[in-house]
Amino acid sequence: MSDFNNSFWSYYIGIITVAGIIACGVLLKSMSRGKVANDPEKTGHVWDEDLAEYNNPLPRWWIWLFYITIVFSLVYLWFYPGLGSYAGAWNWTSTGQYQEEMKAAEDTYGPLYQKYAAQDLVQVAADPEARAIGQKLFVNNCAQCHASDAAGSRGFPNLTDGDWLYGGEPEIIKTSILNGRNGVMPPFGPALGGDGAKDTANYVRSLSGLTSDSIRASRGKALFTQNCVACHGAEGKGNPALGAPNLTDKIWLYGSTEPVIVETIVKGRNNVMPAHRDFLGEARVHILAAYVYGLSHPELKQAPRK
Amino acid sequence: MSAQTAYNYTVVRQFSIMTIVWGVVGMLVGVIIAAQLLWPELNFGPWLSYGRLRPLHTNAVIFAFGGSALFASSYYVVQRTCHVRLFSDGLAAVTFWGWQAVIVLAAITLPLGITSGKEYAELEWPIDILIAVVWVSYAIVFFGTVFKRKTPHLYVANWFFGAFILTVAILHIVNSAALPVSFWKSYSAYAGVQDAMVQWWYGHNAVGFFLTAGFLGMMYYFIPKQAGRPVYSYRLSVVHFWALIFTYMWAGPHHLHYTALPDWAQSLGMLFSLVLLAPSWGGMINGIMTLSGAWHKLRTDPILKFLVVSLSFYGMSTFEGPMMSIKTVNALSHYTDWTIGHVHSGALGWVGLVSMGTMYYLIPRLFGRVEMWSVRLITLHFWVATVGIVLYIAAMWIAGVMQGLMWRAVSADGTLTYSFVESVKATYPFYAIRLLGGLLYFVGMLIMAWNVFKTAAVGKAADAPIPMPAIAHAAANASAN
Repeated sequence: MSDFNNSFWSYYIGIITVAGIIACGVLLKSMSRGKVANDPEKTGHVWDEDLAEYNNPLPRWWIWLFYITIVFSLVYLWFYPGLGSYAGAWNWTSTGQYQEEMKAAEDTYGPLYQKYAAQDLVQVAADPEARAIGQKLFVNNCAQCHASDAAGSRGFPNLTDGDWLYGGEPEIIKTSILNGRNGVMPPFGPALGGDGAKDTANYVRSLSGLTSDSIRASRGKALFTQNCVACHGAEGKGNPALGAPNLTDKIWLYGSTEPVIVETIVKGRNNVMPAHRDFLGEARVHILAAYVYGLSHPELKQAPRK
Repeated sequence: MSAQTAYNYTVVRQFSIMTIVWGVVGMLVGVIIAAQLLWPELNFGPWLSYGRLRPLHTNAVIFAFGGSALFASSYYVVQRTCHVRLFSDGLAAVTFWGWQAVIVLAAITLPLGITSGKEYAELEWPIDILIAVVWVSYAIVFFGTVFKRKTPHLYVANWFFGAFILTVAILHIVNSAALPVSFWKSYSAYAGVQDAMVQWWYGHNAVGFFLTAGFLGMMYYFIPKQAGRPVYSYRLSVVHFWALIFTYMWAGPHHLHYTALPDWAQSLGMLFSLVLLAPSWGGMINGIMTLSGAWHKLRTDPILKFLVVSLSFYGMSTFEGPMMSIKTVNALSHYTDWTIGHVHSGALGWVGLVSMGTMYYLIPRLFGRVEMWSVRLITLHFWVATVGIVLYIAAMWIAGVMQGLMWRAVSADGTLTYSFVESVKATYPFYAIRLLGGLLYFVGMLIMAWNVFKTAAVGKAADAPIPMPAIAHAAANASAN
């Protein structure tokens, strides 16, 4: 077994364990023999003027309790792993138990998920039963960041508003969940300087009609053209291929106040959505993607079931 | 009285008073964090947030309150049962001031977020070194006193105190081994699952030796003394002492069931926890049976009520512990509030009550009085605390089992039936009951603090002369005949 780099340690553990358990029994046996007088003077021990000791026999039920745990331990070690690399008569492992339980679950629930996996995502999104499964998957796997109502929070996109960083087509949503996303905006603090960042932030605010300092915004426009258009586009409408947000709408991932935009520009952002392909499996992600798609398509709920 | 003919009660008195002070502080922090779980708005800024106050609470009640009670009682017991003054008054003073310094440093650094992140061993390396120095001094004072004793036999309480002092030194030094990167930051000397295993070897033996063996030492002196009865069985003491200290050492892995820890280590952790049941109960039997022939005293003596009910909680939580260490049970109980309930049935019920009973015995004697300023207030404290404990642990049991069942519930479509936040919502009312229970326990501590204050105010710091050992009396009598 890979737990030991040398078989010595396996024996070391096995021998000490068995010897230790048996030693408990020997100690118990040696102390439960013989009759004892129920007289405090017999121990001959007196401390602190009046502190004395009887030497009553061990309670019988207690002796048996002790022996039962000792015997149970030795029997358990026969069947289960415990004595170093000895695997136990039943060859049980926690990994094996996990795999068995996963297989049993797959056998039970697999067909249901396969049925939906064969369907088109929009069709799944219109299915009330699939939506109920999707919602359960969502509250247990996605709500931690995107919130139970999928409205998101700071740094975690709202999934109900129809605005998408990477695109809202069903297949794109599925790809986002399967492979995860890593949206990186590099820090522009060194390139722009504090004042330049402030100018750029004012220009960015002006793009969506927020109040801005017009002098700063006009200076910022030049800086924006030099530094930001590669990802956010000349008009600031963003680029779903890169996950670069549209800066002209009223939707802000981190906040629209000037200090927050300056912080974004100076320090950059690194936004990670983890991949769920291995953890949930493609069949579950299929239902989940359909559920997420349905969140911004309420009309699907009215669609007749096929 | 000269230093040679009197016991050193000064250090006992100092630790006893600080037991009460730290008890009030530690339990107050406990009440605050219980309230924060109920009303998250009570998290004010990073310094007073739950994540920083929680280790402050555990450190304050275990090491400040429990630790001071152990220092006080062990110094008192070792002197009185060895019939000699402490080995070194100077070193004993070092342990008192050193330990108080550790506590104050903990109270400052933990809210500042300075932590090594190991549960019950959060303090950073400079404080760890101070703890090691204090603890080695403690060992020298204690064992020095044992070695110069005037009695031929070593009283059973001292076995337990000795095991506690020796083992805690080893646990602390091994688990706190770390590489400092700055004055207030270090990284554990161990990595990965080895680090987890060392941590829980430490963590469970902190329970086994700090919170069990040490307090059993307390129990073995103060119950027979208060009951005026001999200890029930010497041979039971022998069996359960050796079996207890041997098996506790192995139990740590039960904190790491179904983790990256190898299966064989998990099995051993579980089995030795099961074997631990009988040795643990040995202490309870020996304490409770000591009362046979003196049961009537329980009706009238509130100190005995504290001591005996503490043993009942000890028996309960040492049954619950082995049960929870069984893998199948642990799969349900782990990570739930059941664990919190289990810990508090041991902490409030066993450690708390036995310390309070001990202090009610000690404090009048340290201030030249026959009994506390008000015996009725001791009775009141007992009932308020007991009701508090029952509310607390019952709420956490129900909440914990409910959480475990909700987390594992699976719907017909294979998805989890409940989201995590639904289990939090379901737990909410039980957090209110827990707060009420904790509040009652804290109020009991305030009643005690008032009673101690009045006792000290009407009394006068007193020392006691060292009597001749009884064995010498017997020998003198024998030769006279």
